[in-house]
Amino acid sequence: MSVIYVLITVSLVIAVIFFMAFISAVRSGQYDDPVTPSIRMLFDNKSKKINENSKPLDKS
Amino acid sequence: MHKTSCYHCGNDCKRDAVYFDELAFCCAGCKTVYEILCSNDLASYYDIEQSPGSIPTVQNGKFNYLDNEVLIEKLYDFIDDEIRIITLYIPGIHCSSCIWVLENLSKLNTAVISSQVNFPKKEVRLVFNPTQTSLKQVVELLSAIGYEPIISLENTTTKKPRVDRTLLYKLGVAGFAFGNIMLLSFPEYFQSDGIWLDTYRPLFRLIIFLTILPTVFYAASDYFVSAYKGLKHRILNIDVPIVLGILVLFLRSTFEIFFDIGQGYFDSLAGFIFFLLLGKIFQQQTYHFLSFERDYKSYFPIAVTKITAEKKESSVSIYDVKKGDVLLIRNNELIPVDGQLLSDHAQIDYSFVTGESAPVTKNCNDQLFAGGKQLQGSIEMEVSHTISQSYLTQLWTNPIFSKKNGRNIKSLTDSISKQFTLIILGIAFFAGLYWYITDIHMVANVVTAVLIVACPCALALSAPFALGNMLRILGRHKIYLKNTATLENLSKIDTVIFDKTGTITTNKTNITYDGIQLSSIEKSAIKSVFRESNHPLSRMLYEHLYEYDLMEVKDYKEITGQGISGLANNQVIQLGAATFVGATKSKTSQTKVFVKFDHEIKGAFVFEHAYRPNLAENFNRLASHFDISILSGDNDGQLQFLQKILPAKTGFFFNQTPENKLNHIKQLQDAGQKVLMIGDGLNDAGALAQSDVGLVISENVNVFSPASDGIIDASQFNAIATLLELSKRTVSIIKYSFTLSILYNLIGMLFAITGNLSPIVAAILMPLSSISIVIFVTIATNILGKKYRKTKPDKYHSSPFLSELDLSHN
Repeated sequence: MSVIYVLITVSLVIAVIFFMAFISAVRSGQYDDPVTPSIRMLFDNKSKKINENSKPLDKS
Repeated sequence: MHKTSCYHCGNDCKRDAVYFDELAFCCAGCKTVYEILCSNDLASYYDIEQSPGSIPTVQNGKFNYLDNEVLIEKLYDFIDDEIRIITLYIPGIHCSSCIWVLENLSKLNTAVISSQVNFPKKEVRLVFNPTQTSLKQVVELLSAIGYEPIISLENTTTKKPRVDRTLLYKLGVAGFAFGNIMLLSFPEYFQSDGIWLDTYRPLFRLIIFLTILPTVFYAASDYFVSAYKGLKHRILNIDVPIVLGILVLFLRSTFEIFFDIGQGYFDSLAGFIFFLLLGKIFQQQTYHFLSFERDYKSYFPIAVTKITAEKKESSVSIYDVKKGDVLLIRNNELIPVDGQLLSDHAQIDYSFVTGESAPVTKNCNDQLFAGGKQLQGSIEMEVSHTISQSYLTQLWTNPIFSKKNGRNIKSLTDSISKQFTLIILGIAFFAGLYWYITDIHMVANVVTAVLIVACPCALALSAPFALGNMLRILGRHKIYLKNTATLENLSKIDTVIFDKTGTITTNKTNITYDGIQLSSIEKSAIKSVFRESNHPLSRMLYEHLYEYDLMEVKDYKEITGQGISGLANNQVIQLGAATFVGATKSKTSQTKVFVKFDHEIKGAFVFEHAYRPNLAENFNRLASHFDISILSGDNDGQLQFLQKILPAKTGFFFNQTPENKLNHIKQLQDAGQKVLMIGDGLNDAGALAQSDVGLVISENVNVFSPASDGIIDASQFNAIATLLELSKRTVSIIKYSFTLSILYNLIGMLFAITGNLSPIVAAILMPLSSISIVIFVTIATNILGKKYRKTKPDKYHSSPFLSELDLSHN
C-alpha cells in the first residue's frame, strides 16, 4: 500500500478532529457571548470564584 | 462651586453629601451599597472601574408576588428540588465592575450557587438553592445593590427563543469542505496526465464527492428553501439564480466525475457556498441588549396586588384581574389596566405612553389609564376594564401587529436579480442555439458553463457586506437599526413624520419664573419649603434653586394634589396650584406652581418642554428633500410657536389617538408615499408598525422603547437627516459594486461561451470576484462613515454607554 493512502487518511482525520472541535465549541455556547469572557479573564484570581461548573442545563 | 462626586455612582453630590469611611456619597442608598459590598469582602468592585455603581431603588413589597410559586414558575429556565436556574435581564449592567460583583453574588447570599453574566445581553444567569433562599430574596438583594432586574409580563408569556447556532454549523461544514476539496483538487489542476495521477484520481474524486454532499444539501439548504418560496409566490429573488448556479454546478460536476469526463467544479461550488454563508453571518448584526419587538407586555408587571373583600393583600396574575377588583398600586408601580381612582389623589407619570414626563394629578373617582406610573405613595383603584380591553392595550388588536412582514419594500438585490436571471437564461439559450448549429457536442458544455459563470456570487455578497458594515458604523454612533433591510428601506423614504412630546422635545423641562421679581432671601425661603416636600414638582424646583441657602421652616403642611405651605423668614409661604393660592386659572395647558407670600401672589414657576437643540435647523435640512409633518396626541397649544420656527411646509396634526396616527400613515401609504415615522412612546406603537420604517428616539436605550425598526439615542436626534443621506449613499455603493460584479460575469461569460471554462479558471475567478467585491464595498462604506463623523460636531461627551459599545465592537 502506498504512503499516499496513509497521508490522506491522516490529513482527513486531523481535519475531522478540528471540525469536531469547532462544532463542540459552538455547541458549548462559546460563540454566544464573545464579550464577557474577555473581560472576565482580566479579574484577579484571588477574589474570583471560578464559574466553570455552570454548564448549560437546559429544560429538556 | 466645588463639586464632589459620589464614590459609588459618580453623580455630583450637590450639597447634601453623605460621608462614610472618609468617602463621599450622593445619597444614603449609595452608601448602603458600599457598606454591603465592603462588609462582604467585595470592595474590589470599586478598583476595577471608577464609580461603577448606580443608585439603588428603594421599594417595599414590589417583589412580593415572587413568593407566589405558581406565578413565577414560568420564569425559570430549570426547576429541581435543590436547584433553580433563572436568567434575569438587568439593564443596569454597564461595566466590568458590574460583571465582577454579579458573578460574586454567592458571597452576599450563600444559597446562590453560581452566577454568570452575559454582557452584550445584559443578562445574569443565576443558579440557586431554593431550600435556602427564595427568588424574592435574590431579586431584592440585586435591587439593594443597585442591579434591579426587570421582570415583566413578557417573561412569562413568550417562550425564550433558543439560541440559533445553525448558521455557524453550516459555515463550519462549508469551510471544512472548501479547504479540503481545494487541497484534493490541486493535483488535477497542475498535472492533467500521468500514471501517478491515474492511480489516485478515483480516490480523490470520491472523497471530494463525499465532502460536497453535506455542503450542498445541509449548508446550502436555506437557499433552496428561500428560492422555492420565492418561486411559489412568483418572485424571482436573488436566491433563484443562486440555487440555479448551485444545482448546475453540482449536477454537471457529478456527471463529469461519474463518467470520467473531467474533475468537475466542486472546488468552486464549496467556495461559493462558503462565501455566501459568510455574507449571511456578516449581515446578522444584532444588538443583544436592545429589543426591537417590544409591546406593552415588556413593561407590564406579571402580577398586581389585589385587595380582597377581607381587606387583605394578595398577588394575582395580571390576566386574572376582573372588572370591579380593587388594586393596590405602590409607589413607582405601573397601572396595568384602566380603572377609577379610589384614593384621594394620585400623581401619574404617563411618559411610557405619551413621552410626556411631567406628572398628571388625578383626584378621587378620576379615570386612570393603563400604562401610567404612580409616583407618590400607594393608591387604590377599581378596575373598569380587563387588560385586553384597556385603552392602550387595545391598540395591539390591530391586524398590523399580527402581520409578520407587513411592509414589503422590494430589496434592490431582489429587483436586480429578476432582470439578471432573465438575461442569463437568454444568454444560455442563444449560446446553446449557436453551438447547436456549429458543434452539437458542445451544447450541454456551453449552456452549463454559462449558468455556472453567471452564478451571482458577487452580486449576492455586495449588499450584505455594504449594509452590514454601514449598520455597524451607525451602531458606533448610537443609531441602532434592526437589520440591513431597514437601512435599505430608509433610502426609499420620501415622507418623515415626527411625534411631538418626547420626540422633538426632550424629557427635561425648562423652568421659568413669571411674576414679581423675588429677592434671594425669598428664594431661599421658597427653596426651604420645597425641601420638605416629596412631590416631583417640588423636587424639580428644589434642584432649580440649588444655589440658594436653606433656612428653618415651621408649620409645614402638604395638601396632596393642591400644594404646600410653611412658615419661613417670618412669612407664610404657600406654593401650589392656582386654586390653592387663589389665583385665576389660566387657559393654557402649562404646568404652573404659584408662589404666595403672606397674602400676596408673587408669580408662578412655569414648566415648559424644552425642544431639542437645533430642531429648526434639523427640520430645514430635512424639508429640502422630504415631506415633513408632526403627528401628536397633545392639544395644539404649541402650534403657533412650532409654525414660527419650523419650515413652512411642515404639516401639523394634533389631538391624534394612537389609532388616528396609524390610520394617518396608512392613508399616506395608500397615496404611494414611503413613510418614516419617528416616535417614542407606546401610543406611537401602531404608527411605528404601520410605517415603512419606524424609528424610536430614546433618552436611555436600555430602558424603554416600543417595537420599531431602529432605536436612535436622543443625543443623535440631529443626525436623522445624515442617516437618511447615508442610507441613500450606501445603496449607490451597492449599485456600483453590482456594475463591478457584472463585469466579472462578462469576463467569465467569454470563457463560457467559447467553451473554455476549465475548472481551474472557475476556481480562480469565483473567489477573486467575491473577495474583491467584499473589499470594495467595505472600504467604500468605511470612507462614507468617516465623512459622517466629520460632518457632525464632536461635542457629545462620552457616556458610560459609549465606552461599553466600544467594548462590544472591538
